[in-house]
Formats: sequence, structure tokens, C-alpha cells
Amino acid sequence: MAKNKFKLKHHINYIGVGLFLVITSVMMFMGVLNRSTANLITQIAYSIILAVSLNLVVGFLGELSLGHAGFMCVGSYLGCFFAKYMFAFTDSKLLVLIVSMLVGGLVAAVFGFIIGLPALRLKGDYLAIVTLAFGEIVRTIFKNLDTFGGALGLSTKKYGSELFIIALIVVLIMLFVMQNLIRSKHGRAITAIRDNEIAARAMGINVTFYKLLVFVVSAFFAGIAGVIYGHYATPVLYSFFSYNYSIEILVMVVLGGMGSITGSIIAATLITYINFVLTTNLSGDLAALKFLIYAIILIAMIIFNNAPALNPVKERLGDYKNKVLNKITGLLIKKKYDPSQVVDDHAAWHRIPSKIKMDALLSLDITDKNNQNGGDKK
Amino acid sequence: MSTLIDGLSLGSIYALIALGYTMVYGIAKMLNFAHGDVIMVGAYAILSTIALLGSPIAAIVVAILVCTVLGIFIEKLAYKPLRGASPLAVLITAIGVSYFLQSVAQLIYGAKSQPVTIGNFGSVAVGDTKISLAAIITLAAGAVIMSALTLFIKKTKMGRAMLAVSEDRGAAQLMGINVNKVITVTFAIGSALAAFASTFYLMQIPSTSPTLGAMPGIKAFTAAVIGGIGSIPGAMIGGMLLGIIEKISLSIPVLAPYTTALEFSLLILILLVKPTGLLGKLKREKV
Repeated sequence: MAKNKFKLKHHINYIGVGLFLVITSVMMFMGVLNRSTANLITQIAYSIILAVSLNLVVGFLGELSLGHAGFMCVGSYLGCFFAKYMFAFTDSKLLVLIVSMLVGGLVAAVFGFIIGLPALRLKGDYLAIVTLAFGEIVRTIFKNLDTFGGALGLSTKKYGSELFIIALIVVLIMLFVMQNLIRSKHGRAITAIRDNEIAARAMGINVTFYKLLVFVVSAFFAGIAGVIYGHYATPVLYSFFSYNYSIEILVMVVLGGMGSITGSIIAATLITYINFVLTTNLSGDLAALKFLIYAIILIAMIIFNNAPALNPVKERLGDYKNKVLNKITGLLIKKKYDPSQVVDDHAAWHRIPSKIKMDALLSLDITDKNNQNGGDKK
Repeated sequence: MSTLIDGLSLGSIYALIALGYTMVYGIAKMLNFAHGDVIMVGAYAILSTIALLGSPIAAIVVAILVCTVLGIFIEKLAYKPLRGASPLAVLITAIGVSYFLQSVAQLIYGAKSQPVTIGNFGSVAVGDTKISLAAIITLAAGAVIMSALTLFIKKTKMGRAMLAVSEDRGAAQLMGINVNKVITVTFAIGSALAAFASTFYLMQIPSTSPTLGAMPGIKAFTAAVIGGIGSIPGAMIGGMLLGIIEKISLSIPVLAPYTTALEFSLLILILLVKPTGLLGKLKREKV
């Protein structure tokens, strides 16, 4: 095997989540971690799974899915239903959890495949509406099926607060799968479809296969997140998986940056935390404040990232950011000159004044005053 | 029979909302998620004006003004900066606007639904069945608005400019049409239609809440898709059909709890089998 140079940016997610896992587990066994914090971490873990898996559809494939909570709902109900019956055969909580996660994920993946089929024919707004419709259909069906508890919800066996350790391990596994998928040739094919579907098709990319793949993988992980949620919060209630929750996941993706996994992780953590703080402190009509924050995040982030008029501003900001980053890294590590790292300064073209002031140029005194004096005094 | 009439009166509301959707979608080529919420704002404008002035007529006028101004504001602030950006970005912003309006309404008026009475409309007895007058007015108003819109688009300069923009935005611009202005006018008209929709909605269902527009909005979009998006008569037909289907489904005990699921399945089915809807035109994608 060829020696691969260790690159921090490829491993930052594993390191971050891994460190978090180790620290929180140690705190847990020392008894410092209280119950509500542990629950918050579980929430953060399944939010990360949801955000990253939605990011695969929205950020990498470039299609809007408004039914991510629907996939979560299917996985949650069926996984927990399965777990309920499995407890009759075994007492091992861990085994039941793992198997039910797989079951929930696989069932959700099947639904992902079914929703992926319309995605082959529809694009943009229409697909968004179809996924929204799917989420509502799923919710209505589970609300009325008595097998799954109907309007009362499916009661599940509650797991202790140590559930968060498993949840974070699942996050690590998911990150491993996602990052390897995105950095492989399949990932490049997916982003090619996002950038120009017709061109991608012309290059011989099997668009059908990749679109289905994205929907299946994304739904699979949403299903797993659903099972974790189901074991964390009992009963599993249809009303949780509403359109609003799909939007909440979308807010995480948009805030973190479409197409950035690290961003999704940070945003999911942040939004879940804000949510936790707001729901414990606000009640009644002030709860709308949460949605107001979501709305502002959505509008501001999208306009900032996409408005053509803001491009020069962004370039300047990007330059500034790079400068600061380079200064910081320059202070920490003495970098060797690497020609492949030199990036064209696109922004410089914008700074060339369109009308050069000739008079000012000509009247410029270019004689070197130091040389006139015959020395290089300062 | 009475189910059918109930369906028609519900369908007339859907049709009115769908008209706004289909106008904006046809010309600006974007799904205005916030349309349902503009209807909600209109309903609250009516509520507040009736509380202040006591006159329903004034309330309706105020609602139309508020909605039109709001529509123009939304277009200028949220959608215009994104002209030329990817449709995904515009769609997400529209969702953001929808959430914004809902949460602001909830912060101001509270989440509870409040009663609004525009007026007392009796009902007309035809044989054994009673038809509420409000439903008849809604139907008539829908027909009038539909024909007025069709006339406006076919006969006026602005209307023809709208047609041109919906056909080919770039070519329209080259012909000297001010595309930005046309789209702003489209949003103004669409939002004024939303105010009408809130008026007729409150006539039939006299209470308002911050989420008033959300579900009818999505259902009206379904109606617009069934009728063929971008087509004005299509929106009317789609709305009526959806209203009748909803009422029939609600009257069958086995199906009643699954009504929403049924309607949305219909949407998915139509999009899969005939994405252009009943009266829509097929457009090929060119490179």
C-alpha cells in the first residue's frame, strides 16, 4: 500500500466525535454526567445522524427532501415494534438495540427506494412536494394503525441514559460510511449529477443508480436515527415526525452548509442545544420564537450563500478568512513551499480598477529617493 | 348529494388558493411556499380590522392592501436577491418565509384559534338539501376572479408580458420587457388573490390561527398540480376535484382517518403518471 499522508481535514470529524464520546463516557462512569445532559447527548447524536444523512440528499445530490422525518418515522415505528417482540426471546438490551436499528434502517431504506423512484422523473419543487406528501402520508397511516398503538403511540422499553454511548458509536460508523462514500468515485458521480445532470449523463454516469443509492442510504440512516429516538423517548408518537421536524433537520443542514459534513455535525449540535435551552425556558406562545430563529437562519443563510449580488463581498471575506487562517497555521507549523497548494487569487481580478487613472499614474514620482542619496539608509 | 355540495364549497376555497399558486409558479417558476401563510396574514388583518372598525367591507379592503404590500415585500427582500440562483435555494428561502410569517403571527396573536365573523350568511334550500350561501358566493367569486385573470393576461400589456416571461424569461428580457417588474406585479396579484382566499375561507370556516394557511396551502398546491400547474382553469378544476374527493373520503367511515394520506397519494400518483396534470403543457428540458 502506498503511504497516505495523514491529513487533518479528512479525520477531523472522527477525532471530534471520538473525543466527545471518550470524554462523555469517562464522565459517565465517574458519575459526573447527570441524566438530562446524557439525554441531551442522545438527542444530539440522532440529530447529527439525521442532518448528515439529509445533507447527502440536499447538499450532495442537490434535491430537496422535506420528508426526512417520514423516513425516521417508518424506521422508528418498525424498529421499535420489532424490538418489542425480540425482548420475548432475549434479555440482552444491546443485542435488541443493534438488531432493531438494523431492521428500522432497512425498512426505511425500502421506503427510500420507493420515494427515490419518483425522484427519477421529478426534480426540484415537485420532488420536494412529493417528499413532503410522503412524510404526511406515513404519519397519517401510523396515527390510525392500532397495531402500532394508534393515536396513543407505540410504547417501547426505555433504555437508560447510557444509550448515548451507543448513539455516538453509531454516529462514528455513519460518518465512516458517509465520508468514504462521498470521497469515492461514487461520491464524485453524485456531486456531478448535482452540478449538471445532463452533462453527468453524457459522461456515462448512471444517474438512475446514483439517485436511488442516495435516497436509500439517506433513508437507512434516518431509520436508524428513528430507532435510537424510539428507544430514548417512549412512546413513539406520530406527531413528533411532523413536517416541522423535517424542516428542523433542513435548518441544521442549511446552517452547517450544504455539502459540508463537519458543518452538519456542528449545526446539529448547536440547533439541538438551542432547542433544548429554549424548550426548557420558553412556554406557550413564546415557543414560536424557536421557529422565528429557524426562519431567519434559513433566509439569511440561503441569501448570503446564493445571492449573485453578494459574490464580491463573499470573495473578499474568503480572502480575509484565508489570510487569517494562513497566519494562524503559519504561527503553528512552518510550512514548506508546496506548489500544488498555491491557489489562484481569483478575487484579485475584481480589484483591478476598470478605469485606470492615467494622469495619476504619469504624475507618479518613481525616482528612488534612497538611491539619489547613494545609500540605503532608512 | 349534500356531500357533493360540501365538496364543491370546500373545493372553491382550494381553487382560489390554487389560483395564486399557479400564477406565481407559472410566471416566476417558483413554488411560493409562503402563499398559504399570506392567506393567514390576510385572515388576521380581517380579524384586527373588524375589531377596530367593525366593518367587514373595510376589513376586506385592508386585507387586500396588507397582503399585496406583504407580497411585494417578500418578493423584493427574499426572492429577488436569489434571481439566477439555484431553484433549491429559492425553495428553501420560501420555506423560511413561510415559517417567518407563522412564527411572527403566533408571537403577536398567540397560537390559539380566534373566531372571526365576516357576516351571517344563510342557506338556500334546493329540494331537500341546504346549500350555504357562503359556498355559492365563493364559487361565483372564484369564477369571476378566474375569468378576470384570464382576461387580464390575454388583453392587457402587462398580462401579455407575463405570458412572455413565463414562456422564456431571457427572450422576454431581450424584447424589452422589464422582467423584475413583471415578477413583482405577479406577486402583488398573487397576494391580492390570497386576501380574497382568506375572505372566503373565513366566510365558510370562521376562525383563524397561525397555521391556518399551512395545510390548505399544501392541499391547494396539490389541486394546482392536479389541474396542471401554470394553467388558470386547471387550478379551478383541480381545486373543485380535490374538495369533492376530500369530502367523499371523509364521508366513508373506513377512509375518513386516511383522507390526508389519500389526497397526497393522489398527488404522488398524478406526478408520476402525468406530471403535467389535467390541463398543463409539457415542456422539454433543453441543454
